[in-house]
Amino acid sequence: MNAKRTDFVATVVIDLIVASVVGILFFLLAYILTAGLPHVSWSFLTGATDAFSGAGGIGVQLFNSFYLLVLTMLISVPISLGAGIYLAEYAKDNWRTSLIRSAIEVLSSLPSVVVGLFGFLLFVVKFKIGFSVISGSIALTFFNLPLLTRNIEESLSAVSRSQREAGLSLGLSKWKTELGIILPVALPGIVTGIVLSAGRVFGEAAALIYTAGQSAPVTNFADWNPMDPASPLNPFRPAETLAVHIWKVNTEGLASNAAALSAAASAVLIIAVLLFNLGARLLGNYLYRRVTASK
Amino acid sequence: MLKQYSFEETAVQTFDDKTSLAMRTEDMQVFYGSNHAMFDANLAFPKNQITALIGASGSGKSTYLRSLNRMNDGIATVTGKIWYHGVNINEPGVNIYEIRRHIGMVFQRPNPFAKSIRENIVYALRANGIKKKAELEERIEQSLKGAALWDEVKDNLDKSALSLSGGQQQRLCIARSIAMAPDVLLLDEPCSALDPISTVKVEETLLELQKKYSIIIVTHNMQQASRISSQCAFFHLGHIMEYAPTGTMFSNPQIPVTQDYIAGSFG
Repeated sequence: MNAKRTDFVATVVIDLIVASVVGILFFLLAYILTAGLPHVSWSFLTGATDAFSGAGGIGVQLFNSFYLLVLTMLISVPISLGAGIYLAEYAKDNWRTSLIRSAIEVLSSLPSVVVGLFGFLLFVVKFKIGFSVISGSIALTFFNLPLLTRNIEESLSAVSRSQREAGLSLGLSKWKTELGIILPVALPGIVTGIVLSAGRVFGEAAALIYTAGQSAPVTNFADWNPMDPASPLNPFRPAETLAVHIWKVNTEGLASNAAALSAAASAVLIIAVLLFNLGARLLGNYLYRRVTASK
Repeated sequence: MLKQYSFEETAVQTFDDKTSLAMRTEDMQVFYGSNHAMFDANLAFPKNQITALIGASGSGKSTYLRSLNRMNDGIATVTGKIWYHGVNINEPGVNIYEIRRHIGMVFQRPNPFAKSIRENIVYALRANGIKKKAELEERIEQSLKGAALWDEVKDNLDKSALSLSGGQQQRLCIARSIAMAPDVLLLDEPCSALDPISTVKVEETLLELQKKYSIIIVTHNMQQASRISSQCAFFHLGHIMEYAPTGTMFSNPQIPVTQDYIAGSFG
């Protein structure tokens, strides 16, 4: 075969591979959406679930998913920001740093069900917090941390060394350079990473079954005092999320229309995750234009 | 095969007490780990003049320059004394951030911040406690005029610095440095990434700036050294071989290694 022919064959093969990857995604999306969307209605999105059969709407679960997400991010973003800055800027290239890096890698490869079980034993049982939003968000923090830390470290490291030199040569301290010059440049990448990891957290089920629980007690959406047991904001109440709800309806749901319910809930979940992905891109681009002052 | 030259035979000028000096190094050594990169550097820089540091790649000119404002901290070990206004600034207790405000630096590749032109200049000023709007505006205008960039950007100060051309970016970096009102300006091959027209503009800027600042410039370009500098130091393999007024250096180099380098028959 001559070079031109080889090139042609290679290009066709690669094109086919890419097409199949994209094709699988579109097939999945189309299947889930066509199966689920017809059952989605406003009353389904906002309604309450029957605690026994699992029938009814997903209003509480939807709220729980977002609330858990927000709490998880509130805990994990500051920690991983600190860890990422440390690894990218301050860590020396020695055995201790490589130990930290491998620890982060191990943490990220822990199966989520194991993390969930650990959270169950430690927070739910040992610390007697019970199935709760807070137990769930701490468990989610565990496997959100390594991904976010990695993302933040990479975003910071991608910023050219000459930018750091510029800051230092103007008499700025290392910290000031980091905060005022490097971080803004890395911010779009960091935000994209945060939003993408939010998509993963939003869809997580295994770690939450044991920590946030499988029940969505009726909450009073008129009561916004986080201390009240019936308040949706109370972090110590059990909170079944959307992903857990899908799992539960499918495995032990007693509702006659369980298949339709889980299909509809899946469609909602997929749409939410897609919105996170889209949002990550738009927000990243927007922030990049803002911080670099390019229109 | 590189010709061997004796490091014993050097011709380094010194200045008498009447010459006012911007700064001076005394027996400065630089080590990268166990690698001895700079040997017994003794140079003095007269005030309000341009001093060029020339030499082949790897001769230690950039290493030497970066040591002057302690940019080698954490990268290399620098011993010996660096005298600046009667203070040895190569001491552990010295406030390096303060030092760098007095001894500014411009790098080989233009490295403006990914911010607007205005922010590039005022960011470090604000960080150093200058908050008054009027004063900041004044500094922006003065520094951009000093770097001969004002006329090109005065209507677009909020534009991204990254949208400027390479030559404009480098002049912005110079403006950013002189906005700090330094005393000494260090330039590390500032024109090597620029086209000839931009190079001429930067050179004109430097000639103008020497009235107010003492300038030390590393350059690969011998024509550039002879065009703009008053003093010239020749580096070879980590040793300073010859240091003389630029005219003398180029017309009548004292030692064989400099003669060969300037004649282009090096090695």
